[in-house]
Amino acid sequence: MTTTKTESLSTVPAAPTGTGSRGTRVLGAVALLFLVIAVAYGLLISPPDAQLGNTIRIIYMHVPTVMAAYLAFLITAVSSGMYLWKRTEFWDLLGSSAAEIGVLFFAVTIVDGALWGKVTWGVFWRWEPRLTTSAVLLIMYIGYLAVRAIPADPKTRATRCAIIGLVAVVNIPIVHKAVDWWRGLHQGKTVLGTIDPEMGGTQLFAMYSALVAGILVCVWLLIHRFRAGFLAERASDLGLDQALEERRLESSPAQGADS
Amino acid sequence: MSAIVHLHSAVALIGRFPALAGVDLDVDPGEILLLRGPNGAGKTTLLGVCAGLIGLSSGEAVVLGEDLTSHRRAVRRRVGLLGHDSFLYQDLSVVENLDFWSRAAAATVADGRAALDRLGVASRLFELPVHALSAGQRRRVSFAAMICRRPELWLLDEPHAGLDSAGRDLVDGLMQEAAASGATVMFASHELDRAENVAHRAVTISGGVILPASQPEPASQPEPASQPEP
Amino acid sequence: MTQTRGVFGDALLIARKDLLLERRAKIGLGQVIPFAILVLLLFAFALDPDRGVLKQATPGLFWVTVLFSSVLTLQRSFGLEAEDGILEALRLSGLSPAGIYLGKVTALTIELLLLEAVLVLGVAVLYDTEFLGIPLLLAIAVTATLGISAAGAVYGALAARLRSRETLLPLLLLPLLAPVLIAATRGCEVSLQREAMSGWPWAALLGIFALVYLTLGSFLFRPLLEDA
Repeated sequence: MTTTKTESLSTVPAAPTGTGSRGTRVLGAVALLFLVIAVAYGLLISPPDAQLGNTIRIIYMHVPTVMAAYLAFLITAVSSGMYLWKRTEFWDLLGSSAAEIGVLFFAVTIVDGALWGKVTWGVFWRWEPRLTTSAVLLIMYIGYLAVRAIPADPKTRATRCAIIGLVAVVNIPIVHKAVDWWRGLHQGKTVLGTIDPEMGGTQLFAMYSALVAGILVCVWLLIHRFRAGFLAERASDLGLDQALEERRLESSPAQGADS
Repeated sequence: MSAIVHLHSAVALIGRFPALAGVDLDVDPGEILLLRGPNGAGKTTLLGVCAGLIGLSSGEAVVLGEDLTSHRRAVRRRVGLLGHDSFLYQDLSVVENLDFWSRAAAATVADGRAALDRLGVASRLFELPVHALSAGQRRRVSFAAMICRRPELWLLDEPHAGLDSAGRDLVDGLMQEAAASGATVMFASHELDRAENVAHRAVTISGGVILPASQPEPASQPEPASQPEP
Repeated sequence: MTQTRGVFGDALLIARKDLLLERRAKIGLGQVIPFAILVLLLFAFALDPDRGVLKQATPGLFWVTVLFSSVLTLQRSFGLEAEDGILEALRLSGLSPAGIYLGKVTALTIELLLLEAVLVLGVAVLYDTEFLGIPLLLAIAVTATLGISAAGAVYGALAARLRSRETLLPLLLLPLLAPVLIAATRGCEVSLQREAMSGWPWAALLGIFALVYLTLGSFLFRPLLEDA
């Protein structure tokens, strides 16, 4: 999954000025198409659920966002490891772009999860294992972005972020296990964030088209974010040759050193 | 490739600032090289590069036979760096610091004591925490922690700073002794009168490059210095 | 005597140096432990000792106090490595990064276990706690503390050179330690017989956490020292 995505991104350094290309436009159009289908089936065509009623329509959104968020964090983790191995800008930019997208999707996940809770339980927040895990992970990755935002030498910043990306990702299963055991004592199985195997045809179709839409939107955002980051780096590099020239000129009273 | 330090077009960035903007420099074994130049010229960065602490973004660097572009860490055990910072734990006593740093450098505790002795650190100071020392005393302790490593290449950033005249004489003597015993010394200094007497050769660094040798040469120049080539 | 010391020898050297520093400066004893006791008092003010909440929540309050104290301990432990060019000196020294990491973790674990010992006395006196299931409690204390130190040392070293380290370290570290808080608290509750289940799975989870981060930290400390 991730490898195909990284391959499609490896052509990016050729993109000179904008973040769009024919590939991303096609991808965007397909994502939009699936979004429209997901909205149509999720909100209009599919019937309310036997147990959940209309709240299942929130789940059509919740599951794709959480999947996209985990996908993004997986990309961050792989990129972090690859950065420490290969030390190339590509992996740094991919990892940090994915972390940003992941935080975005996780925030959406928590908001729609809380809304679902309000409708279903009458309260925004219950210490439901998945929601709780998401909250912890969200803050963990906000820490990643906070470190990312600290101005530093690009290599230093990349190393810091790669380390956090790896440290954070191995925590995901542990948090998951701990929270599961913790809440497992107090409440039964939850339906939030799961795909019910007894879903009917149009429901299932709504769910899967939403899932495809969520992943496509995630990838589309990721590509654009990556390219924006790449261009930002090139913009900072533009000054480098000039800075070198200026630096050498500092010694100029005794004629320029080499030019 | 007999040069102890060989730099060619070495560019080193601090953040995005080119602290070294293309340095060409060769230093021969047993040489004492003075780096002079204004503040911000790149002297400290150059010493950091030679110590394997700062990586190059382009150019060549071979120090003590190790290619710094690929094996930056290998050179570190073999150099001694005296920087602006003391490299000492403030809350530990003088001997505790020396014991730790000598053992960290795979030297013995006895090496550390000998180095303190060599630097003329009075034994009444041994049990004092480093933060209680005067600047000059601390400098001597830092120097002792450096020489107990028995470095093959001495990299000294303003070794005279903060020392009294006896201390400065001591430092000069140590540098000459080191060079005589086969080590190589590079040092940055603003005390040009004193420094030029000790150094075999001086280069001027400014704006992150080494200036051509049309600049005034130091008085004593026992061996033909290899000049940087563009 | 040349480079025969190895990673564990390096770790021992660093750990002894850290404990010596604590003995000389007494920051842990003189500042962190009083702070931890203060937090126990503050919880009592906030939660009203007469309603029994305090007693019920003792394991959780204990471990929250340990987490906050560990942030202070970490800041001290890595703050002094970031001063006076010590980090450069360590890089020049030839000590192995994994050895430095394991040494820091060892010293931190010992310091935090001592802090916990004092805190145990604190909750025994202030919250009137009775200690049951001592073997499980000990196992949880050791594994949880090792986990806190192992994960904390990575982020402590990472944050130490940043100007915003005081705010950044807790933001990075505390979410990471959420499973430790959950597992240690639940494990202690089981041990104090407030929960009816086996507590050993919690200790096992803490052990896994510690092992995972010890391994990861040993690998990550080289890039951390070199480039971060």
